[in-house]
Amino acid sequence: MTELDAAAGAGADETGPPLIAMHGITKIFGSLVANDHIDLAIRAGEIHALLGENGAGKSTLVKILYGLLEPTQGEIRWRGEPVRLAGPQEARALGIGMVFQHFSLFENLTVAENIAAAMPPDLSLAEVAAKARDVSGQYGLSVDLDRPVWTLSAGERQRIEIIRCLLQDPRLIVLDEPTSVLTPQEADRLFVTLERLAASGCAILYISHRLEEVRRLCSSATILRAGRVVATIDPRAVSAREIAGLMVGAALHDVVAGRAAAEGTPRLLVRGLSLAPEKAHGQALRDIDLVVRAGEVLGIAGVAGNGQGELFAALSGERLAAAPDVVTIDGKPVGHLGVTERRRLGAAFVPEERLGHGAVPDHRLAENTLLSRHGTGGLVSRGFVLADATRALATRIIETFDVRKEGADPRARTLSGGNLQKFVVGREILREPGVLVVNQPTWGVDAGAAALIRQALVDLARSGSAVLVISQDLDELFEIADRIAVIHAGELSAPEATGDLTRETVGLLMAGAAAPKGTVHAH
Amino acid sequence: MSIVEAILLTIVTASTPLLIAALGELVTERAGVLNLGVEGMMAMGAACGFAGAILFDSTLLGVLCGILAGGLTAALFAFAVLGLAANQVASGLALTIFGLGLSGLIGAPFIGARRDPITHLHIPGLSDLPLVGRLFFGQDAFVYASLLLCLGVGWFLFHTRKGLLLRAVGENQTSAHSLGLPVLRVRFVAILFGGACAGLAGAYLSLVYTRFWSPGMTSGRGWIAVALVVFAAWRPGWTFFGAYLFGAATVLQLHAQAAAIGIPSQALSALPYLATIVALVVLSLGRRRDTGAPGSLGAPFVPDR
Repeated sequence: MTELDAAAGAGADETGPPLIAMHGITKIFGSLVANDHIDLAIRAGEIHALLGENGAGKSTLVKILYGLLEPTQGEIRWRGEPVRLAGPQEARALGIGMVFQHFSLFENLTVAENIAAAMPPDLSLAEVAAKARDVSGQYGLSVDLDRPVWTLSAGERQRIEIIRCLLQDPRLIVLDEPTSVLTPQEADRLFVTLERLAASGCAILYISHRLEEVRRLCSSATILRAGRVVATIDPRAVSAREIAGLMVGAALHDVVAGRAAAEGTPRLLVRGLSLAPEKAHGQALRDIDLVVRAGEVLGIAGVAGNGQGELFAALSGERLAAAPDVVTIDGKPVGHLGVTERRRLGAAFVPEERLGHGAVPDHRLAENTLLSRHGTGGLVSRGFVLADATRALATRIIETFDVRKEGADPRARTLSGGNLQKFVVGREILREPGVLVVNQPTWGVDAGAAALIRQALVDLARSGSAVLVISQDLDELFEIADRIAVIHAGELSAPEATGDLTRETVGLLMAGAAAPKGTVHAH
Repeated sequence: MSIVEAILLTIVTASTPLLIAALGELVTERAGVLNLGVEGMMAMGAACGFAGAILFDSTLLGVLCGILAGGLTAALFAFAVLGLAANQVASGLALTIFGLGLSGLIGAPFIGARRDPITHLHIPGLSDLPLVGRLFFGQDAFVYASLLLCLGVGWFLFHTRKGLLLRAVGENQTSAHSLGLPVLRVRFVAILFGGACAGLAGAYLSLVYTRFWSPGMTSGRGWIAVALVVFAAWRPGWTFFGAYLFGAATVLQLHAQAAAIGIPSQALSALPYLATIVALVVLSLGRRRDTGAPGSLGAPFVPDR
């Protein structure tokens, strides 16, 4: 492309029909209306945001756009012409590319093989590799083509997805939550690439719930709520708070954090915790030290897959430490004790995965209360389950934490992500544990539920408990944590008071920049 | 012919059906489908292959009947696990029982019939070399075919785009589908290939190995083939090694039993299984963390629309 062409293509093209227009798209799954008469139009060269809570229908709409789902009703027009997308091949043939949120990569194949898997079958692997090298050079997306994907970081994986997408010379690229797994610096590099693409005339549909990003990058935004379009706005002209209000349909409350009382007694203590990875492609933990004091929330930031799951397993007792005194709860060495024994000492744990780890999907809520509470009193007598007590407890959790559900005692899998998370977190918090360890407390949870959960965590800490929050969401940690440490490649940085930190410094640590020496705090 | 040469030749004959069946199962599993019905498909191949050879009086047509029978039985399995997304383990077990039963019915009229030995390769000079002449240059066509098949499967899987497609589908069906790869079609072809191989292996048993048919003559070889694939970490080269090791141990322990060396015969009969497991476990010790299992192995695939 010549410079003249690039200049002509810069910015959105305001004339003629839009590149793609979706009219009255409706998608019904059983009794659920996931998309309800959605209209969406994107012009060439435009970066258009698609916003909405979890469950608002974004993913469904995008899958329809990429041919993975068929709309129950409605029409898609490409450059003004009606089209029917029967599969991803047809979407790609038109020039629609997709970068998935949960990458559509093959872990045990090499980067080149992963790229080839999406290319026309008449190209040899060597030809594909040559083309990939061209594109990665052109857009500054460096990757090693011969490495197997499981050895790569999330940022590198995303680059593969983008290269794969660009190789098809797309006219429209859809990115689903592209920055959720990136460090702030990696995200900045992504934005540069996207702006370059848009300047060359490519349209971009950008799905995110990070409003500051959207306001920085996008020139228009469509907001979905409960499957309907509630507004189409220029995000640069509206505040993030107003946008959030449109997404949720109500004004949001800020978390009242307050400050931790200075220097509570240490309640959770970890000294020199090292752990070999348990499964293939796992992360080892290296010599982790941490202290969580009464009254405070300690946040652990980090890009997914840097040892958060392993750290949680070691703290909860799912994996045992090398020696008893590696982990101490309220002064008692517990490194050799299992989950139930640690719970009996006043600790509580909320794992990352709600379904299958935090709750049994096909069990009812009352049965699920028993799962983590059977050892800590009141629910079991002489080996028999006290059914009334479990039901009463479930009801109390449901009422206290505003868990919305259908039926009196539904199965866990029928709850929405946010409501199940409120239940799982509530189940532990209602016990008023002395130590609470929670991994990704609001992952994939809508803003209303997230605010409620965060407030509950802060309140628990202020009542004298020690709360450890492992999270990928920096905004969340800056909102509720008193101190923040960063986990990278299985090593934990020294925690710093949140007030002394900026997103940039945390971002650098998340990307693996060594912690500056001599940052010991004397206050 | 020396006793050593005779033993070596029987080892090849014992190993060939295992290798063929295991290669078929390897391809099926690499596409993400666990077919535990190899034993049943082999039994069908043995019965139909033998029946075809007698009826048409042609070994070649018999072999084709065996391949066809294995493929058709596999198609039944494919219908259940792909079309109806049925549980693969249960369907595979059912297929074994079905295959063993139906093959008994088909083979019954042919009990007592015999086939003549099939021709072996003969290259004047080379085939007459002492010890190795018959071993390398005097085998039947099946043996050479099985070796070519082993090389071919390895080449296909790791050096062709179609092979990449098959591995991708087996590695992660969700990713493959979202890229628009035809998951079900690839799996269907892989299952048919596995069935055809099992049928060929069965036909080899009844037409070459014993040259007669008897009920239950596969006697667990299909299961060995399934196990070999796992122990060989889904690699064609290692599968070759495993099949020949098992074949060798089987033949040698028979000779040991005949020589009455003072070890209980039951222990000797167990030896091939033990030796294969030990050897392949030792082989895979270096990569304990990564078994090489295809990521989507055994998972039913139902795309939503």
